[in-house]
Amino acid sequence: MPTEIDKAPAHEEGSWAEVASDWSADKQTFDLPWGKVMMWIFLLSDTFIFTIFLTAYMKVRMSATADWPITSEVFALTIAGVHLPLILIAIMTFVLITSSGTMAMAVNCAYRGDRKNTARLMFVTAALGVSFVGMQAFEWTKLIVEEGVRPWGNPMGAEQFGSVFFMITGFHGMHVTAGVIYLSIVALKVKQGKYEKKGYGIVEITGLYWHFVDLVWVFIFALFYLW
Amino acid sequence: MSHTSDQQHPIGVYVKVWILLFVLSTCSYLVDFYHVESYLRWTLVLIFMVLKAGLIVSVFMHLNWERLALKYTLLLPPLTLLVLIALMLLEADYTHLSRLTFYTN
Repeated sequence: MPTEIDKAPAHEEGSWAEVASDWSADKQTFDLPWGKVMMWIFLLSDTFIFTIFLTAYMKVRMSATADWPITSEVFALTIAGVHLPLILIAIMTFVLITSSGTMAMAVNCAYRGDRKNTARLMFVTAALGVSFVGMQAFEWTKLIVEEGVRPWGNPMGAEQFGSVFFMITGFHGMHVTAGVIYLSIVALKVKQGKYEKKGYGIVEITGLYWHFVDLVWVFIFALFYLW
Repeated sequence: MSHTSDQQHPIGVYVKVWILLFVLSTCSYLVDFYHVESYLRWTLVLIFMVLKAGLIVSVFMHLNWERLALKYTLLLPPLTLLVLIALMLLEADYTHLSRLTFYTN
């Protein structure tokens, strides 16, 4: 039973005093399920990895003496006779954003105890993830087979383009693939009602990972494709 | 367990943010489509990027409703990356100049 002493002094919400008390009081710092805290810490470390990749890309691109390939043209597609720059990447962006939206709704349904819709929305999210990876596979194939892009060179300009492209989008694609597997497993277990006793925090944790994958794509889209 | 982790929002919040993300993505695509160039291009691309990232982290990832201690834990450490970026900017300039001086004719 909590006594007077166990109670942390009340501080104004969102104040520095609250932060100091959270860190220094004789209790765990974050009053959150441990799985959620660990996911956040993992995502923080992943932020460092992706920032280091993007910084390496900046360094390599700035120091290249040859012209950097024009991404707008490299990733252009001709659909029904119309030449559209960067269209596949734009579609991939919309697909990933939509999947983030359905995931957010899945988390919402999970906390309302709506098991059926939670599983359904998570499967939709996973399916959108699969289509994203599919489009990426198409993009890679086109670049490798038709345009002759290799990690060590390409016909369009600076040699470093290929290595940077394959490393960054490849690493992101791996994250999406892992996310699809993770989502499918959790969705299946939600559907089977395996979290009825434990609670549905796991859906929120899976959601954090998935939104992070979307977040990273926002940066790749802006800094690699649009720059 | 905690009052912050299972708060409820109407599903409309997510739909609104989703639409906003769609609009922002379309805007950044249009920057490329209409060949906006140079500083205006980079400014617009960065603005749309930061807005999208902010929406995803604060609403979709619920950081907006977490306690300040968690916000600082997550948002302060990445600031050290600015040091790396600054160093690499200097390094890139140096490498570029060296290459121009010694490797190209």
